[in-house]
Amino acid sequence: MHEHDVVVVGAGGAGLRAAIAAQEEGADVAIVSKLHPVRSHTGAAEGGINAALRDGDSWEDHAYDTMKGSDYLGDAPAVEALCKESPEEVIQLEHWGMPFSREEDGRVSQRPFGGLSFPRTTYAGAETGHQMLHTMYEQVVKRGITVYDEWHVMDLAVTDEEDPADRTCHGVVAYDIQRGEVDGFRASGGVILATGGMGQVFDHTTNAVANTGDGVAMAYRAGVPMEDMEFIQFHPTTLPSTGVLISEGVRGEGGILYNEKGERFMFEHGYANNDGELASRDVVSRAELTEVNEGRGIEDEYVHLDMRHLGEERILDRLENILHLAEDFEGADGLTEPMPVKPGQHYAMGGIETNEHGETAIDGLYAAGECACVSVHGGNRLGGNALPELIVFGKRAGHHAAGKEMGEPEIPTGKSGDWEPAEYEFEVAVGTVGDRGPAAADGGAVASDAEGLLEAEIERARERVEDLLARKGRNHAEIRSKVQKTMTANVNVFREEEGLKQSLSDLREAREAYTDVAVSDPSRTFNTDLIHTMETRNVLDIAEALTMGALARREFRGAHWRKERQERDDENWLKHTLVSWNDGEPELWYKPAILEGEAKTYEPKVRSY
Amino acid sequence: MSTQIPKQTEKADETAAETESEAPSKGDERRAEKRRRADEQRRQREAEEAERAAADENTVELRVFRYDPDVEGKQEPRFDTFHVPFTKGMTVLDALMYSRDTYDSSLTFRHSCRQAVCGSDAMFVNGGQKLACKTQIDELEEPIRVEPLPHAEVTKDLVVDLEHFYDQMEAVEPYFQTNEYPDGELEEQRQTRENREKIKMSTRCIWCSACMSSCNIAAGDNEYLGPAAINKAYRFAMDEREGEDVKQKRLEIIEQEHGVWRCQTQFSCTEVCPKDIPLTEHIQELKREAVKNNLKFW
Repeated sequence: MHEHDVVVVGAGGAGLRAAIAAQEEGADVAIVSKLHPVRSHTGAAEGGINAALRDGDSWEDHAYDTMKGSDYLGDAPAVEALCKESPEEVIQLEHWGMPFSREEDGRVSQRPFGGLSFPRTTYAGAETGHQMLHTMYEQVVKRGITVYDEWHVMDLAVTDEEDPADRTCHGVVAYDIQRGEVDGFRASGGVILATGGMGQVFDHTTNAVANTGDGVAMAYRAGVPMEDMEFIQFHPTTLPSTGVLISEGVRGEGGILYNEKGERFMFEHGYANNDGELASRDVVSRAELTEVNEGRGIEDEYVHLDMRHLGEERILDRLENILHLAEDFEGADGLTEPMPVKPGQHYAMGGIETNEHGETAIDGLYAAGECACVSVHGGNRLGGNALPELIVFGKRAGHHAAGKEMGEPEIPTGKSGDWEPAEYEFEVAVGTVGDRGPAAADGGAVASDAEGLLEAEIERARERVEDLLARKGRNHAEIRSKVQKTMTANVNVFREEEGLKQSLSDLREAREAYTDVAVSDPSRTFNTDLIHTMETRNVLDIAEALTMGALARREFRGAHWRKERQERDDENWLKHTLVSWNDGEPELWYKPAILEGEAKTYEPKVRSY
Repeated sequence: MSTQIPKQTEKADETAAETESEAPSKGDERRAEKRRRADEQRRQREAEEAERAAADENTVELRVFRYDPDVEGKQEPRFDTFHVPFTKGMTVLDALMYSRDTYDSSLTFRHSCRQAVCGSDAMFVNGGQKLACKTQIDELEEPIRVEPLPHAEVTKDLVVDLEHFYDQMEAVEPYFQTNEYPDGELEEQRQTRENREKIKMSTRCIWCSACMSSCNIAAGDNEYLGPAAINKAYRFAMDEREGEDVKQKRLEIIEQEHGVWRCQTQFSCTEVCPKDIPLTEHIQELKREAVKNNLKFW
């Protein structure tokens, strides 16, 4: 068994920043990740990092834009923390050597992004995430922080008190992919989940194959509520054949969207008369799909994004990476022709419920980055707001886990503040299926002390691996594919009651099928069949919680659109959706959004661009 | 065969010895049975696939290197054949994923982002180092031969051990160092656009290790830093924000016995780099810098 003060799960932007912060506070910290750090999907982020750095801009304006972008479902204390601390974090990255794009005077460049009232997106070409990830990994190497790479974390070691608020997390159990062994990582200070996105729940996504929401699912099964899971961002410009992302930076620099008739539909069809292509992402995605659905799409599938008029010099200077992506993955030359684009799953606004220190409802368990819901993005994330979230809240979680005194949080977790039960009755059963074999194991092991708990969890994880390797059954790939297909068909940009119910019932079938899952590769060496099979369980749990939230929320807010009620309903829905696993019988409940900030209250206004 | 046969390491022997010393458990028996079944299924699948491929011309044939030190029947390296239905825009990675998810879930390779930024899926395709995710099938001759990267120890199938590569990357003090920061609290260091442009290509490295695998010198000298690590050193040595004294230290590191002077400018690294980094030029420039620097002290 390994022992550290702080154990960080995941080595993307949030995980690396958390580890550095914990070490700064004097903690012995280790990172456990199923990928080597530089393989993390933060590296695929293109556009930039929002930070109010310049005269004429202010953190208050950034907070206002973020709140409006969130469709008033962000929590003000989190939003304000993000906007206040992002500038110093960006400067910190610059001091660590990050190669930002520069102005003539040598200062870091900023560009306009969708939904922003000031050009405050700092960037490094169209490869900002790559530069940020590598810059932070360099710091991890410099500091000699221990990294256990290619270790797949299977589960959390959490005590099993009846009320999740009384439980404590003492560490994690993980599977060493290279050597095929299970071991435990005890964390006396805290475990920080930074496992990133969950895009593999859908089949057309900008996310990596590794983005299976492992941390989210682990926390969920351990008793931490999932918050606002129904809010999924569909990015308006992804390549149709692969889902590869074409940065919002293209529109930020002046790129234009056209339909089949050559109309600049964002204006000509009145979707966003002021901001056009630079309206918020949810607005542009719906506009594109409406064009396609009404017969004005190209090949009935996509629209065109044209940047030719920007000129070769500007494109090469600021968007060079886009030329390579369009060429390599779609065979389009962005210098001489428009690029085909359509909406694709991009980002999960929801996730593990945390407060502004990164703490979850379970003592000793933290989350930061895309896997967490703090919530700064509410119903819709603004472009350029994901990367600052990683560094601001990664750092906060790292500091808190290492014991830094940070004051009383304003955001309640679990059922500690105001909350109300949901009245919604699901027609399809959700949660655990029938007899729980080790393959579908959940809930915690029982032990009286931390060490005993870890030992018991290790044993349980070993049994699960042995069982999956030994049993006969079906391959996980068909189950995962079924989940992805129904989610993409029914829980996409446009959602309606019947489709959502269909999805829930398809997911039930997939869950039943999963009880019969088996790994056919018997190997102890780099058994990706085994890893993918365990991931698919996570994908299933997340897809279900997401669909439950989408069914219950009968309104149109941010990225969540419902046919049955196509307007925002502030009277009934100015609240967060929460789903608790509840030991296998998921429970839906709500808590109010916090709109009262430090100096002002963010009054909900009509959101137009 | 261009793929080197992996060494039968001590580790493998140890595993075998351990297995012998214990009586076979129920689990072992089940697994042995599973292996037999898997072998049988493989033969059957290949026959079926070949039949289907003969009937339908629109499939591509892949010959994929297979090896697993842990599984009976795979300890001797071999090539398996997969027939994959071709779709427009299909990459080598797409074909491998299809083969794994449809025919053989034990087919093993690293991959994650699918867009040439995570650097996981460098492999040896038709005799060249390529990123599988950005290599279009229709640009390759069939049958497509897919092997693990040469000059690295094979862990299993297309997965190689990257520890040595990571060690070299980390040997060049691969992190920004400076002794001077601006005074203002929220003030960045200034960098000219020209200087940023100068280091830009070098910062694009995704650590895929294709260059290291292609390099004859690295193959013969295990201590040679290799193109990727030297490029990383270049990225910092040329960054004007670091200052002269730090640059001195960097030049000392890259000038060591197994540093820049080992490079024989064969350009193989530059040719295979999926991010088009002019690696050989960077190494040459560092050689010139080192010479200039040494002259200064004479």
